[in-house]
Amino acid sequence: MIAGLYIHGQSALHRAAAGAKILAMVALGTGVFLIPDWPVVAFVLATVLLLYPVSGFGPRIMWAQIKPILWLLVIFFAVQLWLNDWQAGLLVITRIAAIVMFASLVTLTTKTSDLLASLERAMQPLRPIGVNPEKVSLAISMVLRFIPVISTVASEIRDAQRARGLDRSIIAMVVPLIIRTLKMADDVADAIDARSFD
Amino acid sequence: MKTKDIVYVALFAALTAVLGLFPPITLPVTGVPVTAQSLGPMLAGAILGARRGGLSIVLFLVLVAVGLPLLSGGRGGFGVMIGVTGGFMFGWAISAFVIGLLIEKFWNRLNVFNAALSIAFGGIVVLYAIGNAWVAVVAEISYWQATVGAAPFLIGDAIKVAIATAACLAVRRAYPLISKAG
Repeated sequence: MIAGLYIHGQSALHRAAAGAKILAMVALGTGVFLIPDWPVVAFVLATVLLLYPVSGFGPRIMWAQIKPILWLLVIFFAVQLWLNDWQAGLLVITRIAAIVMFASLVTLTTKTSDLLASLERAMQPLRPIGVNPEKVSLAISMVLRFIPVISTVASEIRDAQRARGLDRSIIAMVVPLIIRTLKMADDVADAIDARSFD
Repeated sequence: MKTKDIVYVALFAALTAVLGLFPPITLPVTGVPVTAQSLGPMLAGAILGARRGGLSIVLFLVLVAVGLPLLSGGRGGFGVMIGVTGGFMFGWAISAFVIGLLIEKFWNRLNVFNAALSIAFGGIVVLYAIGNAWVAVVAEISYWQATVGAAPFLIGDAIKVAIATAACLAVRRAYPLISKAG
């Protein structure tokens, strides 16, 4: 089973309902786009950053959240500096940082299973338009099961193609991977139908 | 949706996740990283068709959003979904759907040219139209500036279109799925 990005803790944010955190995230994401002044957005960012130690996360975890987009922030700041002024640059990067840091905080404090449970509840009203939450849940469980299986198949194919001297050919890798994946589907579908799912 | 369709959807979501495990190739000179993962939406659309292909990418994105580190480089969670590159994430689902529609349309007379054009249209034109719009809004730059900024990534995408086209045609011969769906 793949481990989620959730980090265990006891803080108020950890205990808050998943749906409430998602709504807060949407509200914050919309809010910072409506604020045209960088000092206000910077204040929002500072508040979000403060929530990290409050939720029991140290600077190392904070850094890990922002690191992947740091280069983009630098570019965006430079572009604004070139086109407009440094205030516009700060507005853009504090805005992005606030959204990303809060969204990451929601991910860090909410169990994948809780998010999936709220997703299933949120899908119930969609039943009349043909969305079947049970089928979605089945699909989700299957993906989690298939990732390690397909990953094993991929390394088998890589070994086989290396023996043929084809290990640098992506086509020789991708085509057998897809065909073996599709063949798997027949057996899995039969197994599910044999157990009278539906 | 029949059980088998659900299985196909799940398998291609998983395949997209597995493609993210392959180490990215860094292009010479420009230094732009090319990941195998964005092949996922192209393959899903070209092999499963519009509906199943689009849904398999939606399913993949749902799992990323709920906090599984399935994106290339072990990333995941809401931060990447609504961050700077969020438009490309949502664009993947639309691009798989559009590729699927076009491939279905050309299915009976599919050849290298119309397959490559379908995949390039959905996987580059549609994808960047959405992704660049998102970047333009988030970074407060013009649409044109966002497009220029994304240009270095096109080399990797051209390679991926070629791979997806070859894979789509090979799989169509060996294991056609779209005609079966009717």
